[in-house]
Amino acid sequence: MKKKKVISALLVTAMAASLLAGCGNNGDKPASGGGEQVLKVAAFEGGYGAEMWSEVVAAFEASHPGVTVELTVDKKLEDVISPSMKAGDYPDVVHLATGREAALTETLTKENALLPLTDVLEMNVPGENVKVKDKIIPGFLDTLATNPYGDGVTYYAPMFYSPCGLFYNAGLFKEKGWEVPTTWEQMWALGDKAAAEGIALFTYPTTGYFDAFTYATLSSAGGPEFFNSCMTYEDGIWESENASKVFNLIEQLGRYTESTTVANANNDNFTKNQQLILDNKAIFCPNGTWLPGEMAEAPRAEGFEWGFMAIPAVNEGGAGCSFCWFEQMWIPSAAKNQDLAKEFVAYMYSDEAAKIFAKATAIQPVKGVSDYLEGDNKMFYSIYDNGATAVMGGFAATAPVEGVNMLDTLCGTVNSIVSGDKTVAQWQAAVEEVSDKLRAAME
Amino acid sequence: MKRGRARSVFIGVCVTPAVILFIIFMLIPTINVFKMSLYKWGGYSNNKTFVGLNNFKILMEDMNFFRSFQNTILLIICVTIVTMAFALVFAAILSREKIKGQNFYRIVFYIPNILSVVVISAIFSAIYDPNNGLLNSIIGIFRGNGKPPILWLGEQKLVIYSLAIAMIWQAIGYYMVMYMASMASVPESLYESANLEGAGRVQQFFSITLPLIWTNVRTTLTFFVISSINLSFLFVKALTGGGPDGATEVFLSYMYKQAYTNSSYGYGMAVGVVVFLFSFGLSALINFVTKREPLEF
Repeated sequence: MKKKKVISALLVTAMAASLLAGCGNNGDKPASGGGEQVLKVAAFEGGYGAEMWSEVVAAFEASHPGVTVELTVDKKLEDVISPSMKAGDYPDVVHLATGREAALTETLTKENALLPLTDVLEMNVPGENVKVKDKIIPGFLDTLATNPYGDGVTYYAPMFYSPCGLFYNAGLFKEKGWEVPTTWEQMWALGDKAAAEGIALFTYPTTGYFDAFTYATLSSAGGPEFFNSCMTYEDGIWESENASKVFNLIEQLGRYTESTTVANANNDNFTKNQQLILDNKAIFCPNGTWLPGEMAEAPRAEGFEWGFMAIPAVNEGGAGCSFCWFEQMWIPSAAKNQDLAKEFVAYMYSDEAAKIFAKATAIQPVKGVSDYLEGDNKMFYSIYDNGATAVMGGFAATAPVEGVNMLDTLCGTVNSIVSGDKTVAQWQAAVEEVSDKLRAAME
Repeated sequence: MKRGRARSVFIGVCVTPAVILFIIFMLIPTINVFKMSLYKWGGYSNNKTFVGLNNFKILMEDMNFFRSFQNTILLIICVTIVTMAFALVFAAILSREKIKGQNFYRIVFYIPNILSVVVISAIFSAIYDPNNGLLNSIIGIFRGNGKPPILWLGEQKLVIYSLAIAMIWQAIGYYMVMYMASMASVPESLYESANLEGAGRVQQFFSITLPLIWTNVRTTLTFFVISSINLSFLFVKALTGGGPDGATEVFLSYMYKQAYTNSSYGYGMAVGVVVFLFSFGLSALINFVTKREPLEF
């Protein structure tokens, strides 16, 4: 009897012990061999695929003997790396853009947990005789999307870039004998003409795409200085005349928007909105160069041919504009292997790496990259050569302000404008209010 | 005496693992949520600033939070009432009436419960599709052609109900099976004598079935509150993402948005504390209001 009890007690303890053991961390695998360095790289798997990262890492290891790279590539990178980051185990290099839902990059920026990349820019590109900052296309390092605090210090290395603009079916224009509009006047005229044939002028995948759209139109309406003032929350800037032009423009565009767009403007159904372009039910859709890849398998109207143009100038006689979106690479200040991490970031700008990336159509802002472009991509990336102004940047980083989200207020409200639930005046006032709150939180 | 001590040691050893696990996985995290809600913190770095009740002060002025509060309450009320009514009626019919293919119906009603929320969202996305969705096609027969489609997920006043319908569809089967289980234990003799006394079906339901399964109904009411709060987050995430323009934002989706997208982890935890207290309070209230002398067969 007693024996039985002892046995059951033992069993229970064993069970408890095994349960608790399951919670333990298996620990990192020890680095094999003496003197070998391990670099932990975490990269977001975007539309370009994961393959290119393995190739680049292999090439980096080959050119740096004694270095092993532990690579993590995932579509939901935040979910994979943030648990161990919370426990203090940080990757050395992270490739993850701003503007994602989990906002890991923004959070670390707001918490001042990034390493300045100033000395990376001064380094020579490994294996080449040129400094990193001289290899990067001019303009890419002077923006709030690389210097988030607006103090001229670079924290994000600009990686794959993509011009954003309006996509359309060039075949439809040929078929109907329409001219591609270059001003908003022509745009509205085309909208009326198309409406008579049951085609809407405009659609958008989700309101998230209005960030690129508003950035470009703001810059076009008031010039780069005005754009920068907007991005740094200058007092009253959102109620200025130039800002009003943009708000009113979007409202007008809302009237020409395909009627079912709002219902499908969510993460589950946004491809239905993109499909409208392929089916000739809407003419223009704001997007980035990944769109043709995203819709590659989708059925399309006969004679369909991708067309891509910059957003027409807001002011009469001005140049068209296109926001240049890019992904970023950064080093957390808690990274253990910072020197090697910097070497890795510098290596990203070598011809060797750029070629591997370009093969997967991921285009870096590196001089001479246009030689690697092929097919449709050549047309997309030539947008700036055809007179469009490049707009780069994004909202300046602030300390987090509870309950206040600029992109939600600025872009999310577009759904309400299109459906008529809010007026432009309400929208504008809300954006200005958010801007006021964020200005107070700027460092 | 010695034997008694051995017994308590044995009980102690048996209970310890469960208690330890409970403390580690329930108690400490809950206390942590309360503690974290008093800090301004992004979630990663070590710069935590103690701000006292400031997060709650901001919360009281946050209109977006109140909107999510309203939506959650609307969902709890709508989903609970409709699901309970349907589940009770279906359960009564399936357990009291002799219908052909009873088991078939039971399975059909239960199937939504086996499906994951993501699958259900995909199904409802297809049903709600403005152009060739099931719902608009059927309504189109009566409305005639040429009218603009109804935007089930685009109309801000409508979209929360679209969400509620999906949640109800998902929940009915589960509660129906629960009610059927307790209805099965109601003795047949009561119905027989009621029949002899001349009570109709409806009267039997309200005078015999409902009072006798009341304890079960009370328990499920608490389930409704908790599952409405939890499931609404999953449905919102998969179906609308909180849109259009925040029209379907609920408690937990707002908490997620603040804690992660807006880098205000402490503020998110403050929302969590309010949700915790609210669901606790509501469950207690329901328990209190529905208290009846339990009837025995």
